[in-house]
Amino acid sequence: MIPAAFDYLRPSSLDEALRLLHDREGEAKVLAGGYSLIPLLRYRLAQPGLLVDIGNLDDLAYVREAGGQLQIGARTTHHQLEQSELVRRSGLWSDAAGGIGDPQVRNWGTLGGSVAHADPSSDWPAVLLASRASVVVRNLERERVIPAREFFLDTFVTAIEPTEILTEVRVPLPPPGTGGAYAKTERKAGDFATAAAAVQVTVDAGGAITAAGVALSAVSETPFVLLAAEAALVGAHASPELESSVRRAAADGCNPTRDGHGPVDYKRAMAGEMAVRALRRALARAGA
Amino acid sequence: MTSTMHVAVTVNGRRHEAEVEPRRLLVHLLREDFGLTGTHVGCDSSTCGACTILVDGRSAKSCTMLAVQADGREITTIEGMEQGTTLHPLQQAFTDQHGLQCGFCTPGMIMQASWLLGENADPSEDQIRHGIAGNLCRCTGYVNIVKAIDQAAGELRSQAAAPVAVETA
Amino acid sequence: MTINANEVQPTTTTFEVGGMGHSVKRREDPRFIRGQGQYIEDVNLKNQTWMSIVRSPYAHATIDSIDASAALAMPGVLAVITGRDLEKAGLHWMPTLAGDKQMVLPTDTVMYQAQEVAAVIAEDRYIAADAALAVEVEYTPLQVVVDPFKALEPDAPILRPDRGPDKATNRIWHWESGDRAAADAALAAADRVVPIDVYIPRIHVASMETCGCIADWDPVRGHLDFHVTSQAPHVYRTVISLVSGIPEDKIRVKTHDIGGGFGGKVPVYPGYVVAIVASLTLGRPVKWIEARSENLQADSFARDYHIHAELGVNNDGKIAGLRVKTLADHGYTDAAADPSKYPAGLFNVITGSYVMPAAFVEVDAAYTNKPPGGVAYRCSFRVTEAVHTIERLVDVAAAELGMDPAEFRFKNFIQPEQFPYHTPTGWDYDSGNYPAALRKAMDMIGYEDLRKEQLEKRARGELMGIGISSFTEIVGAGPSHDFDIIGIKMFDSCEIRVHPTGSAIARIGVQSQGQGHETTFAQIIAEELGIPSDKITIEEGDTDTAPYGLGTYASRSTPVAGAATAVAARKIRDKARKIAAHLLEASEDDLEWTNGKFSVKGSPEKSKTIAEIAFAAYTNLPQGMEAGLEAVDYYDPPNLTFPFGSYICVVDIDRGTGQVNVRRFVAVDDCGNIINPMIVEGQIHGGLTMGLAPSLYEEISYDENGNNMAGTFMDYLVPTAVETPAWETGKTITPSPHHPIGAKGVGESATVGAPPAFANAVVDALWHAGVRHIDIPMTPQKVWAILNEKGLTA
Repeated sequence: MIPAAFDYLRPSSLDEALRLLHDREGEAKVLAGGYSLIPLLRYRLAQPGLLVDIGNLDDLAYVREAGGQLQIGARTTHHQLEQSELVRRSGLWSDAAGGIGDPQVRNWGTLGGSVAHADPSSDWPAVLLASRASVVVRNLERERVIPAREFFLDTFVTAIEPTEILTEVRVPLPPPGTGGAYAKTERKAGDFATAAAAVQVTVDAGGAITAAGVALSAVSETPFVLLAAEAALVGAHASPELESSVRRAAADGCNPTRDGHGPVDYKRAMAGEMAVRALRRALARAGA
Repeated sequence: MTSTMHVAVTVNGRRHEAEVEPRRLLVHLLREDFGLTGTHVGCDSSTCGACTILVDGRSAKSCTMLAVQADGREITTIEGMEQGTTLHPLQQAFTDQHGLQCGFCTPGMIMQASWLLGENADPSEDQIRHGIAGNLCRCTGYVNIVKAIDQAAGELRSQAAAPVAVETA
Repeated sequence: MTINANEVQPTTTTFEVGGMGHSVKRREDPRFIRGQGQYIEDVNLKNQTWMSIVRSPYAHATIDSIDASAALAMPGVLAVITGRDLEKAGLHWMPTLAGDKQMVLPTDTVMYQAQEVAAVIAEDRYIAADAALAVEVEYTPLQVVVDPFKALEPDAPILRPDRGPDKATNRIWHWESGDRAAADAALAAADRVVPIDVYIPRIHVASMETCGCIADWDPVRGHLDFHVTSQAPHVYRTVISLVSGIPEDKIRVKTHDIGGGFGGKVPVYPGYVVAIVASLTLGRPVKWIEARSENLQADSFARDYHIHAELGVNNDGKIAGLRVKTLADHGYTDAAADPSKYPAGLFNVITGSYVMPAAFVEVDAAYTNKPPGGVAYRCSFRVTEAVHTIERLVDVAAAELGMDPAEFRFKNFIQPEQFPYHTPTGWDYDSGNYPAALRKAMDMIGYEDLRKEQLEKRARGELMGIGISSFTEIVGAGPSHDFDIIGIKMFDSCEIRVHPTGSAIARIGVQSQGQGHETTFAQIIAEELGIPSDKITIEEGDTDTAPYGLGTYASRSTPVAGAATAVAARKIRDKARKIAAHLLEASEDDLEWTNGKFSVKGSPEKSKTIAEIAFAAYTNLPQGMEAGLEAVDYYDPPNLTFPFGSYICVVDIDRGTGQVNVRRFVAVDDCGNIINPMIVEGQIHGGLTMGLAPSLYEEISYDENGNNMAGTFMDYLVPTAVETPAWETGKTITPSPHHPIGAKGVGESATVGAPPAFANAVVDALWHAGVRHIDIPMTPQKVWAILNEKGLTA
């Protein structure tokens, strides 16, 4: 399948890229890895006038710790995240990184591209939500820091404005006693999730959960925070009853649609099952 | 709309140039503009991996990349694997282990395996299988492909351990 | 006689000669591993143009108008062809290989989603793609029929009015086999009748290479070169000649390397004919390469059988009889390439591997608003559907009687001494040893221990299942008294010519798409003549040079063309004997043939090698003998061949997600004498994977508007190396008594035999909870729904 025609520019600096988005507001689309955008172009589901390729902006690919945060540049690839020692400290982040798409996708797909694209079935958004991350976006005028929990607005719609580029994701470094996990069920390797859950919990010395982040992917219009599960977890101890209430919260709190992955009741059940599996692994990693 | 742009790519060590529309896919640049038809197109959803090549050393699906994105980059295709008349250990292993039948997925499979073995010189069977999860094969059932990659991994490790002395005049 | 010991097939040639039984490395590999294969998309002709097809979004609609003006105005667009253009030449409809008709391009009504509606020809593929999207077609949607049962109801719209007023029905044909009265009586007298309803869904061949062609009409020579992905090049040439009026001597069909066929590249697709017409019109080559989503939506479909079957069994565990009624969903036309007397293919092999006192099989076929289906997708002809049914029935019967499914099979198998075995549906199985294959599979997998483990796990609430499939395949179509495709008998052919310096070339009428014919057919000749196989060039697929053949599908290459090859080689050996007698000044009767040479009995030092004889064929001939050393054979097989096997599968079901994890899979196959064990094993691996796929992952389904729900690889789930188990294979060798080299063919055995092993395993895991049957694909959502219903979820 052949894309429709478009213009293409590959700026050599972020400022140059921002200027292009400004000058051709509304018809410019940022191209990072391309593994979300190019398939859309080939099916002509997207027909932008200009592609702004940020492939030369190597200074947007980094993973570092600063100011109590993990700071990840938008152009960091899934594979780089999989390999990063800093990222591996988070079970939630490393579970997710190794399971996105296939190896070729992971070589080129970027965190920023994936988050900005906000496919409701993709993995990173739920991870950002569960770890209470923030997203940094910039245009010529200003830089904004948007909490992930205010970022994913609707199916493929985020809080990014047409003149802005996502430059960095910031993840608060969790306190000791924190464990996280990402559980996903898919029909085959490389498939989008049927349902997926991202869970991060902090547990005190007595085994009580003091903080919780729970988010689901693929079972609603956008990836979303499962507030009912977070409420159930905080203050509780690990128990079968706690698992059941998290399972129910996930199954009841999502809004899946029927498709090739399955009917609605199956997806609800899988949301619950993934939430429980992620919770068990997160608690084990937290030392509960 | 811009009509065409100039693209200069190094492919298998040789510089190639072309004037292309920005929308031209990298796989078409390689196959049709440069005549390197070893890289194949097997799907249109970026699923099958038959088009896999190396771009700056990383395996990539060339159907999911634009020719203009490759400007200034180094590309290796299946045609670049043989050195003179010496097959790459992966090529040798694929034929030794009967890891191909119709041959259509084979170039992409070999290129992906070459990246995989660059990342992990001693992969387990499970790591090999996950390492080629982005490459479909309909003929072989994968068993012999896994054996081939395993054989090549062993051969490459031997070569790394005992580098061949190069005679100079 | 079954050779079982040590799995070693005796070889009579050295490895250097590379005859039967040697795992000779493939002659095809050197070009493929270097990326120097020549697939159709790699072929480019001077002055060629590109074709792109405009397709209907609707499954059933009238075409109210086609406006190509915007497309024609685009620079680089050369032509737009519609059904009305073809109608002027009487080419808008053409015959199918099943004796029905198909549209090349419609003039007024489209019958399936993605149907070809118009074709754009342009200077390059990007322009052609843009222009195809610029063709404006106005449709009025009509009522869609996607349920074949509804298609046969009296108020269903008649989908094929072109068949005439006396055929105002969506029933295509009705076909019967066996003896209805005998089967009814047998089931009525049986202690128990075990019924089953099996749906084998529509699936897609999904070879890694899609379909494509370059039609190259040279107006000066009045000659058509047609380069195409075809499994049956000669049949294509004849069909093109019949449809176009161009005589066959002015048509050359040429295949190149084909990236997988599996039956999907047997039919003559509309795109091919449109490309030919376009080339005739423009006088330039026209190249058409299908995109994958076109391929997944418009061609290469298989299966789609709704089967109701009943097995009569007695309380002692013996089968009493079988009765089967099937509805076949063919899509809007019967384009299945079945032999003409067998519109349901070889489905009546459904009596299986068992002594069957009586059987009756009937099949009705229906039209629906889907693309044509029923391609012989690695199933011989409909044998997957048949084997799935009988192997499921046998398992259900065993379970209902409280018998172990292996025990039930042993009790009912046709025994080795009963061959040739005549089935109640008319087949004569040539040879077999079913108990040996099943026993070997059970030993390899540790069957008794697995049953113990299963009981322990079940007590803990873990769902483990063991499934057996003991299949008999039927391949090698077929004998001339019974088999033809559009009237052409299903012989096959080989022509061999030995050169003066001892090497040879052979051309055959079949067509490899990855099976390794360049290697294996050379091995057959090496076996017969002692010429090293690497000195024998095998060619196929050029209709100007290859002898007429029916092509490769339904596992027929080795049984039919392989036989022709051996017979042609033996004709050469007969002439070689005469030349040797002349050279050795002995009588022919005094000569014996071993190890590639003729020697005088009792004086082995007086001998001539085949190489010496070849040279003499051009330099030193007996008085009156014609020069040369060559022969051709067109082989009419006396019977089909019957490969068989037993497969055992172990599964563990994830109670949380419904996923079926295949823990182990053992496949014991018997394909008679083996030409190249390495290649046979590769075929089994690939076939097993194509059996796994529809069992757990793949399905082409349509919603009520006829929309294809799996039209890309995002939703048509071809297994990766992650899903595919590490197959374990074994073999027994029971030669075919009627085949010149005792070989049976094997390419499709595993696709046929594997799905029931998976299905039986999953049902076995759940039988104790009251689950009797699950249709494939056994997707997680389907299995989970059953677990949920039975209160078995995590």
